[in-house]
Amino acid sequence: MSRIVIVGAGPAGIAAAEVLVAAGMDVTLLDENRQPGGQGYRRPIPGLSLDMSSLLGTEAGKYAALHRRFEALRGRLDYRPGTLVWAVEGTTLHVAREGRATTVDYDALLLATGAMDRIAPCPGWTLPGVFTLGAAQVALKDQGCLIGRRTVFLGSSPLLALAAQQYRQLGGEVVAIADTTPFAAKLGALPGMLRAPRTLLRGLAYLGGALFAGSPVLNGVTPLAIEGDGRVEALRLRDASGRERRFACDAVALGYGLKPETQLAELAGATLVYDRDFRLWLPKADAQGRAAPALYLAGDGMAIGGADAAEASGAVAADAILSDVGRATTSPTRARQRLVRFRGFQRSLARAFRWPVEQIRALPDDVTLCRCESVTIGEVRRAIAQELGPVEVNRVKAMTRCGMGRCQGRVCGPALQEVVAGATGGNGASAGRLRAQAPVKPLALSVAEAP
Amino acid sequence: MSALDPVSDRPQFCRVATLTGADIVLGVDGAPVHAIAGQSVLSILLLNGSLVRHSEFTGEARAGFCLMGACQDCWVWTEAGERLRACTTIASAGMAILTAPPAFKPAS
Repeated sequence: MSRIVIVGAGPAGIAAAEVLVAAGMDVTLLDENRQPGGQGYRRPIPGLSLDMSSLLGTEAGKYAALHRRFEALRGRLDYRPGTLVWAVEGTTLHVAREGRATTVDYDALLLATGAMDRIAPCPGWTLPGVFTLGAAQVALKDQGCLIGRRTVFLGSSPLLALAAQQYRQLGGEVVAIADTTPFAAKLGALPGMLRAPRTLLRGLAYLGGALFAGSPVLNGVTPLAIEGDGRVEALRLRDASGRERRFACDAVALGYGLKPETQLAELAGATLVYDRDFRLWLPKADAQGRAAPALYLAGDGMAIGGADAAEASGAVAADAILSDVGRATTSPTRARQRLVRFRGFQRSLARAFRWPVEQIRALPDDVTLCRCESVTIGEVRRAIAQELGPVEVNRVKAMTRCGMGRCQGRVCGPALQEVVAGATGGNGASAGRLRAQAPVKPLALSVAEAP
Repeated sequence: MSALDPVSDRPQFCRVATLTGADIVLGVDGAPVHAIAGQSVLSILLLNGSLVRHSEFTGEARAGFCLMGACQDCWVWTEAGERLRACTTIASAGMAILTAPPAFKPAS
């Protein structure tokens, strides 16, 4: 029987596994996390008394249901938590688990690898106390901790307000929610957002400010610097009226929307294309997630859509697999309709919460761009300015080491794209994307050498 | 950790939910640190100070960034010579963590 391997046990991977197991397929589910749920529906570590239903509000029911559904599946598939897939060769995955390297062969591969925060650098962003917005939520959901006592939420995303609300609920001080997109741009995107899923409506309601009586909610800000002597002490910014303001704080949560984890998709044969709305390189797939022969994609790792879209896309991609291996399909009409609606909504969101292209292109030369290798924006601009200098990110990487560090450009990639585009008079499409390389994450030498 | 960084006295993280479990003791730069089984190495470091590590390239203090195993900016060292990603490693009793590479001496 065909062996189907799913990578990622978030909403997309679990929903897909459910469909495939119900059809009697042989399913292997590999997940880098120790517990199922992915990032958004992450479960607290054992022994942590965190009231997830109060924290998740309207989404609490979905969180509980997803974990219940997974528990019903657990004994009916080959589930391997704590497993990193670090390379794809032909139809073989190279995986590492508990320090041991093995391989897993597949007949069909479904990647549900999720997303991480998209980051725009600013002066001081490498100071201890600056975390991604996702990190602010992981610290809370996984470990029961806030990233600081007085936190500024900076970036451009409806999730800034959601995370801020959770912090406030647990006693954290929300010093400010500072969004770089002007308010007028948000209003302009409203028509497309009328199809909003409830979670995001909730986020937009918070941004409206009603629930933030005590904390400033600023739109259209320009971050000037995160300041501090060895750790975060303040955020200095210019507000929409041009006034410079300083917010004393001890932590900053930074997030400009999400970017998909596409490295494995690329290694498995997916084609990446530049998306003008998201200003990201996204893997190309048909409406059901077919990206290449035997390769299927679902969830935020394919197209940013959030947890509801991820679940729907997992079910849709699983059905495509059943159909392609000659099994009866489950005709997931409702999931397909939901998927189109959620993804359309995310496209409107990308217009309402903009990637701050002009701000990144205007950053001073001394700002760190690559935090792995400590490469500044100036070093990248100087490399490009040379005679016959590079006009594409992979050449820039070879010359400056920007994007060559351990994170493989996951953090600096989108900003590098804009710096290169700005310095060459091009755009995201001409600047290109950092190519994926195996291993997609660092491996201990002992793993690589294991038989 | 305070031997390495004078500003690290005040913890970065703030615990807001009770964690129950076995008490464990691990070493951080040679000093004993008390923790509860189940905690990540990163949360222990940031509940006891303001940094996770010193960058091996520049010596800059870092406190992690993404906490989900993507940014790779929280790798620490052990006295036994291993390297660990602090955000995804569950601490165990007797671990001996170093926040700088064994041969590295941060500028005073």
